[in-house]
Amino acid sequence: MNKIKSEAYWKKNLKYLVILLSIWFSVSFGFGILLVDELNQIQFFGFKLGFWFAQQGSIYVFVILIFVYIYLMNKLDKNYRSRK
Amino acid sequence: MSLQLSIWLIVGLTFALYIGIAIWSRASSTNEFYVAGKGVHPVANGMATAADWMSAASFISMAGIISFLGYDGSVYLMGWTGGYVLLALLLAPYLRKFGKFTVPAFIGDRYYSNTARTVAVFCALIVSFTYIAGQMRGVGVVFSRYLEVDINSGVFIGMGIVLFYAILGGMKGITYTQVAQYCVLIFAFMVPAIFISIEMTSNPIPQLGFGSAGSDGVYLLDKLNGLHEELGFSKYTSGSKSTLDVFFITAALMIGTAGLPHVIVRFFTVKKVSDARKSAGWALLFIAILYTTAPAIAVFARTNLIDTVSEKNYTDMPSWFKKWEDTGLLKFDDKNGDNIIQYNGNEMINELTIDRDIMVLANPEIAQLPNWVIALLAAGALAAALSTAAGLLLVISSSVSHDLIKRIIKPDISEKGELVAARLSAFFAVLLAGYFGINPPDFVAATVALAFGLAAASFFPAIVLGIFYKKMNKEGAISGMVIGILLMLFYMTKFKFGWFGGGAESDWWFGISPEGFGTVAMIVNFIVSISVSKFTSPPPKEIIELVDNIRLPNENDD
Repeated sequence: MNKIKSEAYWKKNLKYLVILLSIWFSVSFGFGILLVDELNQIQFFGFKLGFWFAQQGSIYVFVILIFVYIYLMNKLDKNYRSRK
Repeated sequence: MSLQLSIWLIVGLTFALYIGIAIWSRASSTNEFYVAGKGVHPVANGMATAADWMSAASFISMAGIISFLGYDGSVYLMGWTGGYVLLALLLAPYLRKFGKFTVPAFIGDRYYSNTARTVAVFCALIVSFTYIAGQMRGVGVVFSRYLEVDINSGVFIGMGIVLFYAILGGMKGITYTQVAQYCVLIFAFMVPAIFISIEMTSNPIPQLGFGSAGSDGVYLLDKLNGLHEELGFSKYTSGSKSTLDVFFITAALMIGTAGLPHVIVRFFTVKKVSDARKSAGWALLFIAILYTTAPAIAVFARTNLIDTVSEKNYTDMPSWFKKWEDTGLLKFDDKNGDNIIQYNGNEMINELTIDRDIMVLANPEIAQLPNWVIALLAAGALAAALSTAAGLLLVISSSVSHDLIKRIIKPDISEKGELVAARLSAFFAVLLAGYFGINPPDFVAATVALAFGLAAASFFPAIVLGIFYKKMNKEGAISGMVIGILLMLFYMTKFKFGWFGGGAESDWWFGISPEGFGTVAMIVNFIVSISVSKFTSPPPKEIIELVDNIRLPNENDD
């Protein structure tokens, strides 16, 4: 029984990792590097959007991603302990 | 108050603070010396990590580099922040759960092999020494520029201070001085940035200011792009590096950040696993304050500078211009003899050479801020250099005293003896770092950026596979680390120092620069590790159990 719970916990963790790391990759390598020329056609206040992602936006998203992960894992940990 | 006096006063006060903290937080056990007794609050650890991480280069040089590179400078911004996502999600919590003191300890235990441990110790030493020499040099340079002592005396004073609190307090002393150093450095960085943002865009938040319009109603970035085109530079908001190289450099810096031992070890100091995640979040938040301000400073300083000097009469230059000319950071060579400054992207007609460091160091003067702000900047730069040097020092000393002496050479050493060994190795590491600070080998500047490639090529795959791939065995991990770091060393010495026949930019493999090559070496490490592990015997049962254990939360943590 314990083993099943542990496996479920780890699977859920891996699912979070895949989702959050996909976002991590998209905002930096995607928007900030690979698609930068296309996004630079869009004006975002005084910035070109691709340039903004490369020098500002990606960093804000990184911070948010970690805090989302903290929240999700704290919930998952709590759940794991109470079901024991 | 005169400028000199305010500088001595503010720098003296901050130094007294660091020494006071060191005396208050003396370490009395190896647990306190290596990991601050594992009782650091996650927010405090976040600040300490941020100070540990942001070196003299982040503080003094980064905004200047970005202001010359424009979009291409983004590799540093994304590269040196994105790594924290990897740390928080893939490494920190599991390494904290594992619960030992150092990175080589994890590698040695997980791969049930002292060979793996020794390889890891050498990788840690190579990475840390290339880094620390640059920091001691940074301390010397700041001293000589602001306090009018020569560079060598500056290095000696810096060595003395670091030695005092690192040896006395170990990780405990370092952690709490780093918290103080973070406060000093971020305050020192933000005050001039906010003043200049108000001055140029009437928006007090620099991050928003550099996307706003100046007093003429034109967006600052559009204006700067226009100036650049006029003067023959490439557009500020688009780069000149190839997309592939930008991609690989960013990846190498991110992964390297996540693999740096002096950063990883900070997450061993918190009380529980969930705190390791939390402090990674706080660390990145504290770092992001500086890293999102730096590109704003870059734009302000660049626009300000071009406005002030371009096509202006040399005799009308403000006093800071002459002052920085004296230090050699600014050079005017009147090629056509018209006494007017032609600043141009074309080397043939360009008359002005500007050192990148000037963008942060001269900023308060260019913006005509009061003396105490300039003094604050000196204290901030010193805080940045000292905190990073101390963190690196601890990694070096714990690798030697714990991983080499305690685990391999003399396992029966007493805790007291180990503590003495730790302090002695910290002492010799400072001497060595100081020596490199005074006699910098030519390659120091070139290798600091490459330390990331080395960390990415060696540690990152071994740690990640150790956590996420149960079947990874010692044969796979050792061959991966060895081949990864050797490949990276080969590529960087070939193209940076001209060894192995050297080579020009056109010879780069797939057009990837040595800075970006860490990513390639890391991929090779992964492939080698996994392939070798397929053909050799799987890890023993107790190792599988160890991995199962580090993946799960503790039973009674909160």
